[in-house]
Amino acid sequence: MPQTFTCGFALTYNRRVLSRFNVGISAMSNQGKMDCGRRRLIVATAAVGGSGVLAALVPFVSTLLPSERAKAAGAPVEVDISKLEAGQMITVEWRGKPVWVMRRTKEMLETLATLNSELADPDSAKAEQPPYCKGMERTIPNQDPAVLVMVGICTHLGCSPTAKFRAGTEESMPADWKGGFLCPCHGSTFDLSGRVFKNKPAPTNLPVPPYKYLSETRIIIGVDTEGA
Amino acid sequence: MAANTNSEKYKSDGSLIGNLLEWVDARFPATSLWRTHLAEYYAPKNFNFWYFFGSLALLVLVLQVVTGIFLVMHYKPDGSLNANGIPVAFASVNYIMYDVPWGWLVRYMHSTGASAFFIVVYLHMFRGILYGSYRKPRELIWVFGVLVFLCLMAEAFMGYLLPWGQMSLWGAQVIINLFSAIPVIGDPLTIWIRGDFVIGDATLNRFFSFHVIAVPLVLIGLVVAHLLALHEVGSNNPDGVEIKERKNEKGIPLDGIPFHPYYTVKDIVGVVVFLMAFSAVIFFAPEGGGYFLEYNNFFQSDPLKTPPHIAPVWYFTPFYSMLRAMVWNFFWLDAKLWGVITMGAGVVILAFLPWLDRSPAKSIRYRGPIFKILLAIFVFAFLILGFLGTKAPGYYFFGYQPPEKGSSLLSILLSGDIIAQVFTAYYFLFFLTMPIWSKIDKCKPVPERVTWK
Repeated sequence: MPQTFTCGFALTYNRRVLSRFNVGISAMSNQGKMDCGRRRLIVATAAVGGSGVLAALVPFVSTLLPSERAKAAGAPVEVDISKLEAGQMITVEWRGKPVWVMRRTKEMLETLATLNSELADPDSAKAEQPPYCKGMERTIPNQDPAVLVMVGICTHLGCSPTAKFRAGTEESMPADWKGGFLCPCHGSTFDLSGRVFKNKPAPTNLPVPPYKYLSETRIIIGVDTEGA
Repeated sequence: MAANTNSEKYKSDGSLIGNLLEWVDARFPATSLWRTHLAEYYAPKNFNFWYFFGSLALLVLVLQVVTGIFLVMHYKPDGSLNANGIPVAFASVNYIMYDVPWGWLVRYMHSTGASAFFIVVYLHMFRGILYGSYRKPRELIWVFGVLVFLCLMAEAFMGYLLPWGQMSLWGAQVIINLFSAIPVIGDPLTIWIRGDFVIGDATLNRFFSFHVIAVPLVLIGLVVAHLLALHEVGSNNPDGVEIKERKNEKGIPLDGIPFHPYYTVKDIVGVVVFLMAFSAVIFFAPEGGGYFLEYNNFFQSDPLKTPPHIAPVWYFTPFYSMLRAMVWNFFWLDAKLWGVITMGAGVVILAFLPWLDRSPAKSIRYRGPIFKILLAIFVFAFLILGFLGTKAPGYYFFGYQPPEKGSSLLSILLSGDIIAQVFTAYYFLFFLTMPIWSKIDKCKPVPERVTWK
């Protein structure tokens, strides 16, 4: 094999490539020999230098992570629900995201059971809620099942869905619509418990944040209910 | 070939300027660069209308860089609220528009320039497809071009966040969340991209940095590589004939003319016509009917409320339609991830075009009916995908109202969602089946010399 050398740790080099780049061939003679010691030094230097460059990448890449200030933000938010009428929804900001607090009417709650066959995950089996939020109402047991607390961010690509509470033909909704939410970005639809309908881009139901009742009329979002 | 003028240095004629040039030439390849890339770069003499768009893309690049430099002097990448409760970044754009002398013009040049960039680049790419400009030996020119296109998309996307309006925020929200579809690393990756758990000041600042420094550097580097590769192998032409195969005794292609002055002067005509259209948009329709600047972006960003209709700017809409077309879970992966894969593949597949095309003729002039028909459908499909991407999901053509119960034939034929799925499938099949149909297509014989009247 006149075109190749084997040097040291079984590295094979193409002679033409070596002479083209003029590396490690200082002792290369007409007999086709090369200085293997020098060659090993070049490989070792390149490896050490390369690992130094890679190590230097770490701090640069890390600067893009959330800062300590960003991590510290996100205190719990208290909400007064005493003035929330049936059928109304308010939006509060928690960790920079919209959180919906909604008091559903009796008719709204009655639609939930009728939709199970049309939903992708009617029992909310995928974990998008604290374990203590149960049932198709997705609320805390022993509390008013009408009051729904949900992060108003579509689980598809993060748009905030629009309230489409009216049943029947509402603009851009199907004719048998029973009320719920429509994501304006990619058309995912959710029922009045934030459960996603089948064959829509959103993979899971709308998330329920950790929250807790401080009293009958006050809740705090961002704090888990204990022992429920 | 391209390099054979490199050794020729300028010999002074004894004049002052001649002496100066000789002095420079002894130290820097000034004359040689001029000759290699302009005065002795021989381009085919049969360039037509389609060949304006390469130089126009270069012109728009210069416009974007120059207007961008001036915008940065007044713009503030700051997401915090000022004393009036308006985000500083949003307020600084309004400041440019209302208070900076002529600021509105520079800003509109930049925002219209973004759309103009994509118009000329799409036409430039289409020219390549028409005349087979990506075929051997020009594969790398095309691959560099696809990378330039990717850089442009990144540049446009990150630039769109900077005005910090409603569409800025929610557009970025959607696109960044695309990465959350990647299994396991998706969520940490989106947090790393945003630098926060939501889009905020950290995101705005890094997008600003990428938009004004990192991506333009890469972009300009790629444009240089694109041109170097082009000048190494020489330009293709509407006949798809290699002009370098027939040279005169001096080694100059028989069908070649020096780029300067012939094409520099010809391109000035293209520049003038382009600038007329460009100025008309800037002065009379700077928002481009809501397509160049979306109306919702004149509202300050509100992280609690998504605008009722959200769509990307027009140049992204064909690929956005492909994203939305995927609504099925299969192979244990979410529809969301398939949508992302489809959209990414829609761009990446372009890079493989040189190896997918097996036609004996390069140019459409000598290619057969299969190519012409499939390409016409391809263009139509791409335009319709682009149109549908601007519409809300559940769109029906011609204002059709679907029946209240079930579905009728018309509700399937006129459904934007279904048409987008069909055309997305067509888009990919066009490329994936190309090795077959391009081979069996009945081509006409290619002439030895370019045709030219």
